[in-house]
Amino acid sequence: MTVVKIENLGKKYLLTHKRKEPYLAFRDVMSEPFRRVGKFLAGGTMTGAVTESCEEFWALQDVSFEISQGEKIGIIGRNGAGKSTLLKILSRIVEPTTGRIGIKGRVASLLEVGTGFHPELTGRENIYLNGAILGMSRFEIARNFDEIVDFAEVERFLDTPVKRFSSGMYVRLAFAVAAHLEPEILIVDEVLAVGDAQFQKKCLGKMEDVSKKDGKTIFFVSHNMQAIRQFCNRCILLKSGTVISDDNTDTVIKKYLDTTAIAGNDELPLLISKLPQDSVFKLEDIRILQNGEPVINKAENGQQLEIEMQYMLYERIIGFRIFFDLYDRDETFLFRTFHDDSYGKIESMGPGRYVSRGIIPANFLSPTSYEIRVLATIYDVRMCIPYPGLRIPIEVERTGVVNRAYLAEPIRGKLAPLIEWTTSIIE
Amino acid sequence: MTQYAENIYSMDGNCPMEDKFSSGYFDVVVEPGRSILRYWSDLWRFRELMYFLAWRDILVRYKQTVIGIAWSVLRPFVTMIVFTIVFGKLAKLPSHGLPYPVMVFAAMLPWQFFASSLTECSNSLIENANMLTKVYFPRMLIPASCIAVSIVDFAISLVMLSGMMVWYQVTPSWRIMTIPLFFMLALLTSLGFGLWMAALNVKYRDFRYVVPFIVQFGLFISPIGFSSSIVPEEWRLLYSLNPMVGVIDGFRWALLGSSADISWTGLVLSIAVALLVGILGTGYFRKTEHYFADII
Repeated sequence: MTVVKIENLGKKYLLTHKRKEPYLAFRDVMSEPFRRVGKFLAGGTMTGAVTESCEEFWALQDVSFEISQGEKIGIIGRNGAGKSTLLKILSRIVEPTTGRIGIKGRVASLLEVGTGFHPELTGRENIYLNGAILGMSRFEIARNFDEIVDFAEVERFLDTPVKRFSSGMYVRLAFAVAAHLEPEILIVDEVLAVGDAQFQKKCLGKMEDVSKKDGKTIFFVSHNMQAIRQFCNRCILLKSGTVISDDNTDTVIKKYLDTTAIAGNDELPLLISKLPQDSVFKLEDIRILQNGEPVINKAENGQQLEIEMQYMLYERIIGFRIFFDLYDRDETFLFRTFHDDSYGKIESMGPGRYVSRGIIPANFLSPTSYEIRVLATIYDVRMCIPYPGLRIPIEVERTGVVNRAYLAEPIRGKLAPLIEWTTSIIE
Repeated sequence: MTQYAENIYSMDGNCPMEDKFSSGYFDVVVEPGRSILRYWSDLWRFRELMYFLAWRDILVRYKQTVIGIAWSVLRPFVTMIVFTIVFGKLAKLPSHGLPYPVMVFAAMLPWQFFASSLTECSNSLIENANMLTKVYFPRMLIPASCIAVSIVDFAISLVMLSGMMVWYQVTPSWRIMTIPLFFMLALLTSLGFGLWMAALNVKYRDFRYVVPFIVQFGLFISPIGFSSSIVPEEWRLLYSLNPMVGVIDGFRWALLGSSADISWTGLVLSIAVALLVGILGTGYFRKTEHYFADII
């Protein structure tokens, strides 16, 4: 039985460049004509010169598919591929620009855990509030109340305002409410990326239980291929807003890993431009170089890999840090490295354009798929690029000296550093 | 891509493609502009959420405040004292035989309701931006539930007013039965302006400075510290274009029996303006709400 049918779905956004504030102010609209006249009197042209460049951007284009009851659909694709937009349209949060969707049955969407949680309210009050926001009726919440509390393991703190909760408790409670939703169609964005590993496992288990038991249809977005494999029987791969593959999970994941060697030169600027604006920091470019050449397809583990970040600082900042994390494709966090790791004291940086270059040494990476996540922060103040950061997938090929006597033997492990070994005969 | 999808499709039977959308097979159809049709029924379906949001706002309002509920009493009370001194004692404006404090307080009641509703409404969407971008529900619920807090405050002030009327020995007549009607008029005005400002605030953030200005300005141009009767007769009609004039005059008429204040043609005009504001406010909100999540 068809429960969801999507036809020629498209969503267009207008990207305006060179705007300083993230939102429109009425005063700007009012003052625009005057600015134009001023410009004209100053000898410029009346039109064109001042208008901000407006660019159309299709976050989704011509997406069509049909889902039957009980299917578990994984939606995968790189950052900016349109996954979240698709989920938002399915959840009716944003309207599509073209096309249509038919939905049969009750939909609940979980794009974030703890939506609407109020820090001043107690755990008990938040369970009711959050439940209502997610679409549960008062009766349903009351019926599941004990189970929710059990699952979240927060009995003792039920009457404590959630602002006093530890972040772990907060997430557990939030997920517990969501896990007890009883819709026919459940839409889940990468919410499992929060919480500790043990709790993630519990959540995934719970979702599996629920979906098996009542034949729920589930849409699941994740970058965690492990979770997708475990959970989904069908996958849809999005790229630049279009469906490029729709098949069983293993086939699509393989395709995803094959096609996502590295963020192409054409996509990286788009990803950078979509980062939230920051008042003092602006990331301008990221270059991934090997031998002084940009890495197009695959990097080699036998050469050093340079990650070059070019950015502007508009003010003097103390404790500004640009850094990147290295993950493997299964979302295992391998290491984090800051531009000032070796400085020894907190530095102050003046306004200007900077380039920071991090070098991953040769004979260090394993021939596998990684993801570099570029982030920036002002220590103890805020993130300038929010988590999870700008994610750049990168594929590494084996060319190095590590294990080269045994080429037929695959290199095992997430990293393959060349360690100094000494072996001598002692007897 | 399509191979897999087609398999399912053929298993599904021989329902032709177009029919599913037009035959009512689906419970929800999402397409550009479509939401208008289902809007009002959705509003009803989500009524429980509105109840919870209102409940949240009320709870939060009185948590972590030292004197809690007294805040909603103190504000109008102090304003009343100041107005009584300035307008009643210093300027010696007429009060048609009524105790000046009671006359002021009867006007403070609807005005405070309007002012706090408008302020809360206009910021409500921005404050709940997170919810707007993560969950679907008719967006009107958020500003509407804000008004609940103002209603509670209004009820508290009403109790205070009855106390004052007992103290000053003002006996109400049958006209007190008409209070709900005037309250509805205040509600309509507040909701109309509130929705309008809330929607404008999403797109143009400087409306958050406009609203306090309207409220402050309105406090002095509405007949709160004085009776409308001091407005010259030829200006009365123009004066009634402010819908709160009709509401305030109505409150005084119904509670205190001061017929000197009310002008019936003015009241009709106020009602007409309030209706217009209600329609325009709701209309603008409805027209713009589909892109709230995109730009907030």
